[in-house]
Amino acid sequence: MKPNTPIERLYNGIIKENPTFVLILGMCPTLAVTTSAMNGLGMGLTTMVILAMSNLMISLLRKVIPDGVRMPAYIVVVASFVTICELLLEGFLPSLYEALGLYIPLIVVNCIILGRAEAYASKNTVVASLFDGIGMGLGFTIALTLIGIFREILGAGQIFGFQIMPDAYEPITIFILAPGAFFVLAMLIAFQNRFKIGSARINEDGTKACSRSSCLNCANTLCAGKAADADETEKGGSAK
Amino acid sequence: MKELIIIAIGAAMVNNVVLSQFLGLCAFLGVSKKIDTAAGMGAAVIFVITLSSLCTGLIYEFILVPLNMTYLKTIAFILVIAALVQLVEMVLKKSIPALYHALGVYLPLITTNCAVLGVALTNVQNEYNILEGVVCGFSTALGFMIAIVLMAGLREKMEYNDIPESFQGMPIVLLTAGLMSIAFFGFSGLV
Repeated sequence: MKPNTPIERLYNGIIKENPTFVLILGMCPTLAVTTSAMNGLGMGLTTMVILAMSNLMISLLRKVIPDGVRMPAYIVVVASFVTICELLLEGFLPSLYEALGLYIPLIVVNCIILGRAEAYASKNTVVASLFDGIGMGLGFTIALTLIGIFREILGAGQIFGFQIMPDAYEPITIFILAPGAFFVLAMLIAFQNRFKIGSARINEDGTKACSRSSCLNCANTLCAGKAADADETEKGGSAK
Repeated sequence: MKELIIIAIGAAMVNNVVLSQFLGLCAFLGVSKKIDTAAGMGAAVIFVITLSSLCTGLIYEFILVPLNMTYLKTIAFILVIAALVQLVEMVLKKSIPALYHALGVYLPLITTNCAVLGVALTNVQNEYNILEGVVCGFSTALGFMIAIVLMAGLREKMEYNDIPESFQGMPIVLLTAGLMSIAFFGFSGLV
């Protein structure tokens, strides 16, 4: 597949570099709002809109923003879109606004958005950045909805509010409370590891699947932004 | 006084910032491999959150409310927090080098720790005054430190355990966090 085409970007965001399952970014909303499939979907779509718009804007401004102040500039762009989305949700979807509550303004500090701005939108063309945002956002939405569906089935016996389990099923309420979020995500990642270990054994000499801890560290440096800068300058220095 | 104690216990134990509100998970999962580093991170978070809840409280009360611009609070708070972290870093480097070397690595990581912005927004949402906001900020951060140090202790012990291959790394940490979260439910009748 040719790199940086819209289709390749969508595939990359949804499957290859899925922000939740592969990169393990943006954990706070992933765990906090997935008490039901509907909330997961709502949060995912809101994030997708903000991600696409901020990628678009940052890509447009990539030659204008001076390198030294790019982080604050990105944060202002993202925070503006978050505020717009918050006001729109409050006006048109008050029930979703109530359910997501504090976690809507907290999209500002979602590592995925700043991470994509830094790693992709600041270096690539407008169309590619827009589709990168949409792809990543869709990957995030799918992951959140999936976790939401699992938690809703186990914790309430429903999907999107429709009863699907038989009446005899006793809902395991803990799954829609805080601990359930940790358990469901742990199981999903464990399943994914299982498949990765399986495929790693088949092509032993191929590239080794990156270990969880290294992924987590890169997530953290992306989060910090500044720490990532320090690494970059170090590398640049040693390269010279 | 009684209200302040209730706010403090509520923020540190009952609504533990990591285990029941899922804020600051990045740092909680990333920097909890050793007790020393976890304690360092916890200290840095306490320092920054207490300061930032004071600053955001002042800005909300004396700038945003009189100007009727409270809808700009998210943008204003995140900029204040980012600037504050930079400032704290510079001041510490200049005046208290020992503390700077102890906290140094963790300070920049905190800017995007969602707990900091989360506390600032919770203070506004619950209509706390500035003193209540600072107490809430301090005890939330204390809750973070308790959780991350406990987690680091558990992870140091887990090094020696035989964990199934698929569960190594992230999944076992998440399962542990889930069990800790259940344990923290025990505090829920407290306030």
